[in-house]
Formats: sequence, C-alpha cells, structure tokens
Amino acid sequence: MDMFNAIVQVLDSTIRLSVPLLLACLAGLYSERAGIFDIGLEGKMLVGAFAGAAAASVFHSAYIGLGMAILISVAFALVHGFASITHRGNQIVSGVAINFIAAGSTIMLGQAWFQQGGRTPALASDERFGAIIWPGADALRSVPILGPIYSELISGHSVLVYVAFLAVPFTWWVLFRTRFGLRMRAVGENPAAVDTAGISVAWLRYRALICTGVLTGIAGAYLSMVQNGGFVKDMTAGKGYIALAALIFAKWKPVSAMFACLLFGFLDALSIRLQGTPLPLIGKVPVQLMQALPYILTVILLAGFIGKAIPPRAGGVPYVKER
Amino acid sequence: MSTPYAKLPAWADYGLIPVINLAVAFVVAGFVVLLVGENPFRAAAVLVEGAFGRGQGIAFTLFYATTFIFSGLSFAVAAHCGLFNIGGEGQGYIAGLGIGIVCLAFDSVLPWWLTFPLAIIAAAAMGALWALIPAYLQAKRGSHIVITTIMFNFIAASVMVYMLVGMLKPANSMAPQTRTFLDGAQLPKLNWVIELFGAKIRSAPFNITFLLALVVAFLVWVLIWRTRLGYEMRTYGHSPKAARYAGISETRIIIVAMMISGALAGMMALNPTMGDQHNVALEFVSGAGFVGIAVALMGRLHPVGIVLAAILFGMLYQGGAELAFEMPAISRDIIVIIQGLVILFAGALEHMFRPYVQALFASLSPRTVGMEAVKGKGA
Repeated sequence: MDMFNAIVQVLDSTIRLSVPLLLACLAGLYSERAGIFDIGLEGKMLVGAFAGAAAASVFHSAYIGLGMAILISVAFALVHGFASITHRGNQIVSGVAINFIAAGSTIMLGQAWFQQGGRTPALASDERFGAIIWPGADALRSVPILGPIYSELISGHSVLVYVAFLAVPFTWWVLFRTRFGLRMRAVGENPAAVDTAGISVAWLRYRALICTGVLTGIAGAYLSMVQNGGFVKDMTAGKGYIALAALIFAKWKPVSAMFACLLFGFLDALSIRLQGTPLPLIGKVPVQLMQALPYILTVILLAGFIGKAIPPRAGGVPYVKER
Repeated sequence: MSTPYAKLPAWADYGLIPVINLAVAFVVAGFVVLLVGENPFRAAAVLVEGAFGRGQGIAFTLFYATTFIFSGLSFAVAAHCGLFNIGGEGQGYIAGLGIGIVCLAFDSVLPWWLTFPLAIIAAAAMGALWALIPAYLQAKRGSHIVITTIMFNFIAASVMVYMLVGMLKPANSMAPQTRTFLDGAQLPKLNWVIELFGAKIRSAPFNITFLLALVVAFLVWVLIWRTRLGYEMRTYGHSPKAARYAGISETRIIIVAMMISGALAGMMALNPTMGDQHNVALEFVSGAGFVGIAVALMGRLHPVGIVLAAILFGMLYQGGAELAFEMPAISRDIIVIIQGLVILFAGALEHMFRPYVQALFASLSPRTVGMEAVKGKGA
C-alpha cells in the first residue's frame, strides 16, 4: 500500500511538473507548424510568469494576472514575428534575442518595482489559482486504489492544469479539422502554394505566433501563480528548451506532445523522488543523469535511432514572395 | 543568406549599418532605464566612466573582452560555414574539465609557461570533442545543429555538476569547485601594460590570455580568408549545393568547422579559470558563450569586428557593474537586456534600416550604390 501511495504521489507531481512543459510545447507546435522555429519559448514563458505574478500582486486578482501574462507574452511573440516574418530576419537569432531580453528585463523591472532582489511579492491565496476539488473527492479518498487516483490525480489541481490538458484535443481539432489549421500546416510545408491560393502567408504566420504567445503566457502564469506563489528570477530554468525537445520527440503532433511532456515530467518527478535512494539492480543513479535524460533522449531521437523526426519543411526559412 | 538588396559601399555596409543598429539597441535600452525611473543619459555616462574612466576599469573591460573574443570567434567560424553553433556555452563549460585536470596534475611540478600550452591544448580538445557529436549528427544523420547544441549545453552542465561535486572537488571541502591552483597554473597579469600609461590598478584579473585571444583572432582571419579550408567553409556557408557540386565533402567540412568552433569556445574557459579565479567552479562560464553570439553578429563575423565588439561588450559588463553600484534601481541585468537588443537589431533585424540607408545613398549619389541601371529595384 505504501508503494501504491508513493506511485500515486509521483504521478501527481508528474502532472504538476509536466503542465508548463505541455503548454509551452503546444505553443511551439503552433509556431513551428506554421514554419517558424521558436527558440524563444523560454523567454516568452519567463515574461509571462513575471507579468502574471506582478499584475496579480498589484491588482489582487489572479485573472488580471493571467490576462497580463498572456498580453505580454503575445507582445513578445509579435516582436519575434516582426523580426522573422516582416523583416525576414533569422528566426533563431531573433528567438535567442527574445530570451535575453526576457531574462534581463524581468529581473531588472522586478528589482526596480518590488525591491526584493528580482522577486515579486509572495502572492496571497486569492491572487493565485487555487486547487479545484472535484465533487466527492474527500468522500472517496478512503476507497482503495480508485480513491487515491480520483482524489489525488484527477481532482485537486488548479484550473490551468485542466486548461493545459484540454488544450491538447483542442489543438488537435484546430490543426486537423479547421480551415485555419489546414492552412497553417500548409504554410509550414509549402508557403508558396498557400500564397498562390491567395492567402497571406505573413498574416497566417502572425496568427500562429499569437496562439504561441497565448499558450506561453498561460505556461508562465502557471509557473509563477500556481506552482510557485510569486515570480523568482530565471524560474523557467530551461523548461522552454525541454518543451522544444518534447515537441521534436512528439514529431510535431499534439497528442504525442502530451505523452512526451508527461514522460519528461515523470523523469523530473522521479529524480526528485529518488534523490539519494538507491534503485534495485542499478544502484544509485546520479541526480544529474536523471536531469540530463530528456536532453540525451532528444539527441538520440534526433540522430534517428528511435524513429525519425522530420520537421515542417519550410521551418526556419523566411518567406520571400516572388523569386 | 541571399540579400535581395542592392549593394552599399563597403564602409557603409561594415561601419554605418552596425553603428545604426547598435544605436537603436541603446535607444530602446534607454527606454527601459526610463521605465525604472532613472535618467538614461546619466546611466550611459556612468557606464562609460566605469569602463574607461580609471585604469582599474580598463583592465576589467579588457579582461571581460578576452573571453568574449574567443566566444565570438567560435560562433563566427561556424557561422561562416552556415552552422549556428549555439553550444559555445557548453563547449566552454566542458573545457573547464580539461583545464581542471591539466592544472591539478601539473601546477605543482611545471612553471606556468609549460602548464599554459598544455591547458590550451586540453581546453581546445575538450571543446572540439563536445562539438564533434552535434557536428557528426548534423553531417551524417541530418539532425538540426541548433537543437543538438542546445541539448549539449544542458548535458554539459549536468556533467560538470557531477564532476565538480564528485571527483574534482577536494575531499574535505563542501563547495563544488576544485582546489585553488598553485603558482604553476596561475597566469601572469598584464596590468603593468595599462600602468605604463600612468594609470593605477589595485587588482584586476587582466592577464596574458588577452594576447592569446588577439593571436587567435589573427589566425582565424588567416583561416577564413587566406586558406583553402576557409574558402571551402565559406563556400559551403553560402551555398551547400555549390559546395557539393565543387566536390567539397559535406561531412568533412561540417565536422571540421564545428570542431574548430568548439576548440575556440573551449579556449574561452582559460581566461576565467587560470587567469582569474584560479580554480574551476560551478557556472564559471556564466553566459559568456551566449555573449559570443551577440559579439559575432555585431562584429559582422569578421575577426577585427569581433575584437572591437568584444571590447564593447567588455565595457558593458564592467560599466554595468559600476552602474548597478551607482544607481540601485538599475541592476546588472541591464547588460543582458542590451545584449538581447543587440542580437535583435544587429542580428535578426540587420536589414531593417538598410532600405532607408540605401535610399539616402541613392539620392545623394546614385553611382555609389550602382542604382543607375536598376533604379527602384531591391530597395
């Protein structure tokens, strides 16, 4: 029974840890499917986290915080678009720039506005997104097996967690069942064909980037307003890159993206859980190895040893009308 | 990258446009300073004063610049071959392992002028090896170099944490770093050069690695513009198809270019370890690998430009520290913002102002831009 409870706990923290990855991963899915490589997920998530926590603590409302996170994150996405769509700049260079500007400005503004060494004030409970307890969760807790699963795993998360998991089927539907999705996929594969059909490539890509901004904003808000009661500097800590890795791992498909993020979240949860405890058969696994595992797996996948990841064909290439 | 724009005179292309881009980056940074309620002009004055006002400041500026010259050159060499090496940070970090092993092994037996060449070789070799795997995967398996080098940055960080809390740490210490190097692995300072000009320096880490950086910058220039290999790299960077048609081996050129790039990134680790801290500590690279991207883009991938841009960024780092001290509302992170803005305006938006500059040149003297025959085209 102890073993079972431990498993439920690890799975519960898997969900919590994979939510920001999942949101960022889906965000990347929109932009990359539209043909824009997005190294800047990290930065957009970071500004979202900062804007969310800052606005929530100033206006004392979690929803204003969330709105602000989305707004600022979209603004950064549009800067990325302005550089890489309108001015046909290098998408990777502009993404790197976004990350730097985000890292610097969040700390500097945080320090100047709140004077807590780059942190925002700790958020009160009504300024955060609290847990939603599903009906009957407490009553069913004592039921063996199903009880803990229902009350720990399914119930008791914040609204953003459910938003993240609902975003998966929604993204699938947008991508594969709507006209916008079809065109977006087309613009990532063959923008010239879309252009010939009389549809604006630039406007489509901008819309995809707005979707990216919205999702990274929610991801940021989750980090600073759910997982942590306030913004801490550099709190994304490479999650944007892991999300990028998960996106490649998932071969740019929404449902696979969810499983990839759950896998990476599970590795993270496991490495926290297993710190210092030896495993049967293997012995003590260094924490660093567990932490590096998502990256190592991605490299192996990219090398084509586990299936082949083929990116959208027009990704990374600015579209030039007329040759 | 093909430019659909008409040509500008060389001085405008390599001088005017970067200066305009830089100026815009600083104007935007000025707005950020305004946002925190400080005077941007006074901030700029404090920054320049802090970097060049006293001998101490100049020494620190050049110390920071040393590291950035290496990382800028590293990025530039790969970029000439059309490869985006974002992994300089990791390659530099892992090079600390090579330096650490060499220094710990030889610092008690050899003088510094024998340890130094060994450490250079070790650093370059480790950096090159760390770049080899992404290069091989790009060349042979077609996996995207940007993603793999990012992943290798994180893997390098994990490896270094593992080594520093494990093998490299002295047994009786808690701090995750090597023991302090003895005299045999401490590089001589160059502060006396600045003192020749009458300035006083209390203590600054400006050291002999700076000269190495200048020599390496020259060698990179020779490599890129005066050797067959460099020509092949530039050819591949301009047009992989043309390179293939000319019989240049794709695999060889990618791997060679990335290994040179990695070796240069590795050498950047010499300055903070042997030149300054005299140990290998956690996070000793502290973002210098990423600064190299900004430096290389600012310097338009040319060694002379890179040295100048590295000094500019050295100035920002040193002046930024003074700025944070003088104006508490502005933290050191203003440098990171400026760095990002420089990458944005000098890198991603490098062509934003070009049409305007071209229009200006065309109206002043059409011949300089070769616009007589093709008026209205391009710009």
